[in-house]
Amino acid sequence: MAQIFHRSTNTISRVSVFGAVFFVAALGWLFDALNRSPYTTQQGVARVQPVQFSHQHHVGAMGIDCRYCHTSVEKAAYANIPPTKTCMNCHSQIWTQSPELEPVRESWRSGRSIEWVKVYDLPDYVYFNHSIHVAKGVGCETCHGRIDKMPLVSQHPTLQMSWCLDCHRAPEKYLRPREDVFTMGYVPAGAQQEIGERLRAEYRIRPSFELTDCTTCHR
Amino acid sequence: MSESEKRAAGPSIAEARTRLGALEGREYWRSLEELLETEDFREHLHREFRVPIDSGVNRREILTLMGASIALAGLTGCTRQPTEKIFPYVTPPEELVPGVPLFYATAHVHGGYARGILAKSYEGRPIKIEGNELHPASLGGTDVFAQGFLLNMYDPDRSQTLTERGRIRPWSSFLAAVRLALEKERPARGAGLRFLTGTVTSPTLQKQIAGVLTEFPEAKWVAWEPAGRDNVYEGARLAFGEAVEPRHAFGAADVILSLEADFLGSGPAMPRAVRDFASRRRGENPNRLYVVEATPSLTGARADHRRPMSPAEIEAFARAVAVATGAIASAAPTDPFVEAVAADLKAHRGSGLVLAGESQPPPVHALAHAINQALGNSGKTVTYSEPVAGGPVNQAAALGELARDMELGRVSTLVIVDGNPVFNAPADLQFGKAMGNVGLRIHLGLYDDETSRLCHWHVAAAHPLEAWSDARAYDGTVTILQPLIAPLFGGKSSHELLAAFSNQPEKSGHDLVKEAWSGKLPGADPDLAWRRALHDGLVEGSALPAKAVRVRPDFTSEARPAAPDAGLTLLLRPDPTIWDGTYANNGWLQELAKPLTKLTWDNAALVAPATAQKLGLTTEDVVELSVGGRKVAAPVWVMPGQAENCVTVHFGYGRTRGGRVANGKGFDAYGLRTSTGLWAASGLAVDKTLRRAALATTQHQYAMEGRDPVRAVTVDAYRKDPGVVARLGEAVPGPTDTLYPKLPTGSYAWGLSIDLASCVGCNACVIACQSENNIPVVGKDQVARGRALQWIRIDRYYKGGLDDPETVHQPVTCMHCENAPCEVVCPVNATVHSAEGLNQMVYNRCVGTRYCSNNCPYKVRRFNFFLYTDYTTEILKLVRNPDVTVRSRGVMEKCSYCVQRINRARYDAERENRPIRDGEIVTACQQACPAEAIVFGNVSDPEARVSKAKAQPRDYGLLTELGTRPRTTYLASLSNPNPTLAPASRAEEKKNG
Repeated sequence: MAQIFHRSTNTISRVSVFGAVFFVAALGWLFDALNRSPYTTQQGVARVQPVQFSHQHHVGAMGIDCRYCHTSVEKAAYANIPPTKTCMNCHSQIWTQSPELEPVRESWRSGRSIEWVKVYDLPDYVYFNHSIHVAKGVGCETCHGRIDKMPLVSQHPTLQMSWCLDCHRAPEKYLRPREDVFTMGYVPAGAQQEIGERLRAEYRIRPSFELTDCTTCHR
Repeated sequence: MSESEKRAAGPSIAEARTRLGALEGREYWRSLEELLETEDFREHLHREFRVPIDSGVNRREILTLMGASIALAGLTGCTRQPTEKIFPYVTPPEELVPGVPLFYATAHVHGGYARGILAKSYEGRPIKIEGNELHPASLGGTDVFAQGFLLNMYDPDRSQTLTERGRIRPWSSFLAAVRLALEKERPARGAGLRFLTGTVTSPTLQKQIAGVLTEFPEAKWVAWEPAGRDNVYEGARLAFGEAVEPRHAFGAADVILSLEADFLGSGPAMPRAVRDFASRRRGENPNRLYVVEATPSLTGARADHRRPMSPAEIEAFARAVAVATGAIASAAPTDPFVEAVAADLKAHRGSGLVLAGESQPPPVHALAHAINQALGNSGKTVTYSEPVAGGPVNQAAALGELARDMELGRVSTLVIVDGNPVFNAPADLQFGKAMGNVGLRIHLGLYDDETSRLCHWHVAAAHPLEAWSDARAYDGTVTILQPLIAPLFGGKSSHELLAAFSNQPEKSGHDLVKEAWSGKLPGADPDLAWRRALHDGLVEGSALPAKAVRVRPDFTSEARPAAPDAGLTLLLRPDPTIWDGTYANNGWLQELAKPLTKLTWDNAALVAPATAQKLGLTTEDVVELSVGGRKVAAPVWVMPGQAENCVTVHFGYGRTRGGRVANGKGFDAYGLRTSTGLWAASGLAVDKTLRRAALATTQHQYAMEGRDPVRAVTVDAYRKDPGVVARLGEAVPGPTDTLYPKLPTGSYAWGLSIDLASCVGCNACVIACQSENNIPVVGKDQVARGRALQWIRIDRYYKGGLDDPETVHQPVTCMHCENAPCEVVCPVNATVHSAEGLNQMVYNRCVGTRYCSNNCPYKVRRFNFFLYTDYTTEILKLVRNPDVTVRSRGVMEKCSYCVQRINRARYDAERENRPIRDGEIVTACQQACPAEAIVFGNVSDPEARVSKAKAQPRDYGLLTELGTRPRTTYLASLSNPNPTLAPASRAEEKKNG
């Protein structure tokens, strides 16, 4: 009896059986890659704001301290987006006719908020607190990157949970002295591991098995 | 045979008695259904969430849905975060830091009386009520109404505008209409003008009304509070010849006799009274409480000796005690109970206290005053002052007069200031019908309700958290109420309404209140004094001075004992959770299990077991109650401890225009209330119908099968042998007798101690928790299936016979077991242990297997079967606590020990580089508790209050024999029975039963 299938069918079937495994694996990889990509995380994506406010200019060039605008960063969960009043402290004197600043003046005249686009947007079930991180020696730069070099702010990290846990599992990798928390371009004065461990003890940072408890961030 | 047929009439209660006699190995029981092991009870015991069998989905559909679910699971992770916006302030408000709550002192006015509160506000939006420690009526505690009234402010059913005959009008046209009406009234000096308010303790409002009455001398002010204090004032008038306000010092009383006074459950001094009373229940220097009452109350539940008595029996009893204590001279037959109570009162001259409830007729109040005076208690445990409220002393009489005047057409303008008389006035007055004769009817109210429907003008009222006002507490202390938020719907306060009748109609509430107090606040600097009064939540030294009064020597001649009733008596009481109907549209309070019946969403006719047996009634039978020709159909609730031949109904239900939550719930007991029988009416007829009602009760849900979870001992037994409490339980395995891995030890070990000797079962903690933790309301049908979501439940246990059992309340929350049975069965690690001992719930991981709940011996886990949280009504989003995740469908939830409060305290402490101080973390339930029964803290610190509480020999854990090592433990309840009356009723019951 003549063979129904050609011998090459064996190869094709083998390839397709093994191929299916690779295909599923590739699909998984693709899904994972997509999930971690800036498409999903918005990492590094500069957002268009109603006012093209430049941190590079205000922080980098003029050297204004972070806390001049982000007033509650040492007191509260939110660092605070400055009220229009803060902008107008200077801009009622300088650049008073700049068309770029018209939304600010409009807000000041009408009493309506400037609608900023949120750049660092954590899910609602995450309760991040700025004040405690600042108090424990986590620099602004550690999470927000070189703000002084960003004309438009983009998200520096992925903001995925693995990124949070990376530090909560070993904070000594990132700690800096409290006086350098607001410094941009901080360089540790020695080995980071050594400094970090010293600061961790000094600032009474809780052991990692406590920092990684679910209720540290979720309630 | 159906369940209803099985339970058909009579024999079941007899059977319950038999089973009660044969109860083995335990003393406590929860309900008749438990004793009878009804199908319903067994179902709740074995299938805690009762999945509906007829779900309308067949097997194929389920398989299809499951397949699709598996295929699509995980895709939910693919969503990108939508772009969100930030709206910063233009000019930041002073003192406000986004994300940091501010607390404002104000007051909750209940029945006219102020209780001091602190309202917690996030970015200008009040989200939680706490007690004000400085305020004399609160001392830091609150009640369910203070916790719950916040939700009314965000109620989407509130009336949202000013209307004239249903058409929207501006405030200016209302003012013009008032001008016109006043000009018409002027020639007759206001003879046709009437103001109807609730009980008014506000000095500003009193001043405003007095101002209008000066201009219109013939006008009249009528006050009506359905659960008012007429009897208290009339009783004082009978005894002293003048209406005075009695003020009780429960902390100073060694022996208390309550003649149906429910001072622990309601009453103007409620949070304070509980605080004072509970401070004397913890073992050292214990007080003793005797209660005689017709229907079980929270006060009766805490009594050392309680006797159910009909109203006539209570009066006879009061008379007998008065004779035995020498307060009045008369020969009366005595019985051992009277003798024992009188002897105890006489042995504690100057530190005894007799008080009568609002529901008691004036002679009983007068007798209580006479006994107090004869025993030298006056001036010590009870003092008197001028009445705190203004307006007519006898509200019922004034309201009756108003109704008659309206009927006769003598009223041309009726102004109803924040009241609902069409719904809650006595039925015989036919208030709604009489109102038809009034030319101009104006109504100010939070809701477009039964009364506003019959009024020409309806003015949307501002909620008390939206308006300036003032009010006096039970002792006269004034609180200036400050608004937390601008009126959400542009409502007007009662002050602004009254101003419309003055010559300054446009004056704001703030100016009116401030002007009324100008020059009257203590302190040299008026501005500082005003700020201080606002900050403290009270005006220093504004309590009314004590007044010396003497009992008239001839009062006994006026007090004739009523002839004992034959037949049935109807008793009318305000509802324990929705009060007189004021809170009927409040989902939190509707779903709150009533403290003794554990009913939700309904009222019922409470009938004593013996009476039910006699009449052939069982729980849920619908009966027709008729008295004096008025009829109401009501479901029966067989109530252990109810006086025989007395049927109690609670008014406040049966709303027709109360809002979406209120309408159609329960029956309207006001239909049976007449101005001569406000609290009790004899000649009641009960006719059984063939209908049955479905009531949603939580009393046999979450049962811990066949065990005695509460422990109660007498003070004497405990003093003699403190080990007695530990011996009431089974042997507890040691800390190493476990296969569970040892968990790492954190910096703190959180634990909770609940003192059952202090707890009165008032439910304040339940609502505080609901408000703090964004717990949604599920509705009657879901409650009946055991799906209520409250994280704290208060179990009510009975001990002893059906007719007069002892009652013990036990709040149960998540125990945060060190060896938590829920954690090991979770397939997805959604419930895990923290180093500090918290049993954490991770909503995002939860897939809803409910294994954890199956394995929880305490039945404290709650499952979101549906999307219970309202995601769509915008205004309800404002009431939620931003610190707590809003849960969606399909996840388990439970008490978290208020982890958001732990974290907040931790941030504060760690920013200052110091450990968290003892007492710095106060959980929501602990804060609300008026009895200070709940203590939270770090159990690894031996100096912490919680450790000291747990170190007492009466500390015990629930079901510790299972080796769960719960972090929440209890202190056994203590009672202080009179040795001459002990042993308590159990032995007698066996004899009789």
